[in-house]
Amino acid sequence: MPDAPLLDLRQVGFVYAPGASPVFHGVDFALEPGQRIGLFGPNGCGKTTLLSVMMGLLPASSGEVRHLGRPMRTEADFAQLRRGIGLLLQNADDQILFPTVLDDVAFGPLNLGLSPAQAAAEAREALAFVGMEGFEDRLTHRLSGGEKKLVTLAGVLAMRPKALLLDEPTSSLDPATRHRLIHILNSLEAAVLTVSHDWDFLNLVSGDFYTIDSGRLVKEAAAELHWHPHAHPHPDQPH
Amino acid sequence: MIEEPFAGGDSFLHRADPRAKLVLAATLACVLAVSSGWQAPALALCIGAGLVLWARLPGRAFWRRMLTINGFVAFLWVFLPFSTPGETAFRLGPLEVTSQGLSLALLISLKTNAIMLAFLALVATSDAASLGQAMHRLRVPAKLVFLFLFTYRFIHVINAERQRLVQAARLRGFKARSNAHTYRTLASLLAMVLVGAMRRAEMTRRAMLLRGFNGSFTTLRTFRMGLGERLFLATGAAYAVVLILVEVLNA
Repeated sequence: MPDAPLLDLRQVGFVYAPGASPVFHGVDFALEPGQRIGLFGPNGCGKTTLLSVMMGLLPASSGEVRHLGRPMRTEADFAQLRRGIGLLLQNADDQILFPTVLDDVAFGPLNLGLSPAQAAAEAREALAFVGMEGFEDRLTHRLSGGEKKLVTLAGVLAMRPKALLLDEPTSSLDPATRHRLIHILNSLEAAVLTVSHDWDFLNLVSGDFYTIDSGRLVKEAAAELHWHPHAHPHPDQPH
Repeated sequence: MIEEPFAGGDSFLHRADPRAKLVLAATLACVLAVSSGWQAPALALCIGAGLVLWARLPGRAFWRRMLTINGFVAFLWVFLPFSTPGETAFRLGPLEVTSQGLSLALLISLKTNAIMLAFLALVATSDAASLGQAMHRLRVPAKLVFLFLFTYRFIHVINAERQRLVQAARLRGFKARSNAHTYRTLASLLAMVLVGAMRRAEMTRRAMLLRGFNGSFTTLRTFRMGLGERLFLATGAAYAVVLILVEVLNA
């Protein structure tokens, strides 16, 4: 099925414990190749849980997750899905596994079965793509927050995913890195699903918009987006 | 947290293949640990000092390490001379000091320092990342290599979490004193650090799954044994044999 969506949720629901109120329920959602979706939701509305269910880190309580038209049922199914879809976690320190940058970025390509030389080449390319060339031998725990974010992004992109899911990518980012991230996301060919409560950022990297409202996913008309004035010093800075 | 003050130099020992250095250090440690005469450890102490000089380790950090390890050794000198049965060498008030006790304490001191010198010159001159990769190349089980690398990676993160908690406590007027409130607070901080580490472990598992981890571990770096390293390893092996001979001949 060449036209099947990269990611397809059918009536997906999630409850943490039987009897508890669902975090979300009846979610229908599809991410097509190359599509740019922004998912807005306030803190604590279940955005991260939804991403975890999409990636098979948490099992859906009801409904079905599909990847390229195939229903994902077992851990092996989801392992396959994770080779094609990357998730960037909110906290970069959760995602960096190795003491040096190059080792960390090459971890995914090595898991894909590339030889060490190929994996290193892919890792270097991904680092260059996010503007982090020259950081290959740096120690990961000495990086700044923004640098860590870009290294984790390179780690995900080095696997050449068809789709990229981002969990609150701008939280704790400095303006310069934020600006760079917008540029990187807009020059990607992969489909991108950005989950954030930062409307300004979502608007700059997405074409379609959803919100989570009391446990349901609602599609928003892009036309409802509007500009409104706001005040702060240094208006020439990216924000 | 872990500063690796010795890994930054540019001597032959810094540049040498970490696999060779690991094998050599482990071999020397085993030989020295089982030796029972003082001659082999004494020889190893001299050679070890030579290696440390060769590696041009930074002095302050070096002596601090030696002081730390000899802090433990000092305890042995407090107890062993009195508690080891044997001939009385001399008396300290009501206490008998045995010559066997003295020589046992001396032997352990020699061994400890000789092994420490060998590890400082051979192992501490590589950074943790290369040591992990070298261990993997030496077919150390992947789980151990992961444990080693992740410990190094996450000890910084966990320490940062600890510092945040301590800061948060200070911001609300906490000052460590010798009272129940302090102990309760510190216990709670420790518990929070442990809970944070548990969460971190789960997040790490997820992050590995997300990047397609399937249980097998490959490393990027390939090491090359140059002529210098081969010579170095051969010399090291010969040295280990000499230590064994010294030990056997004196037995």
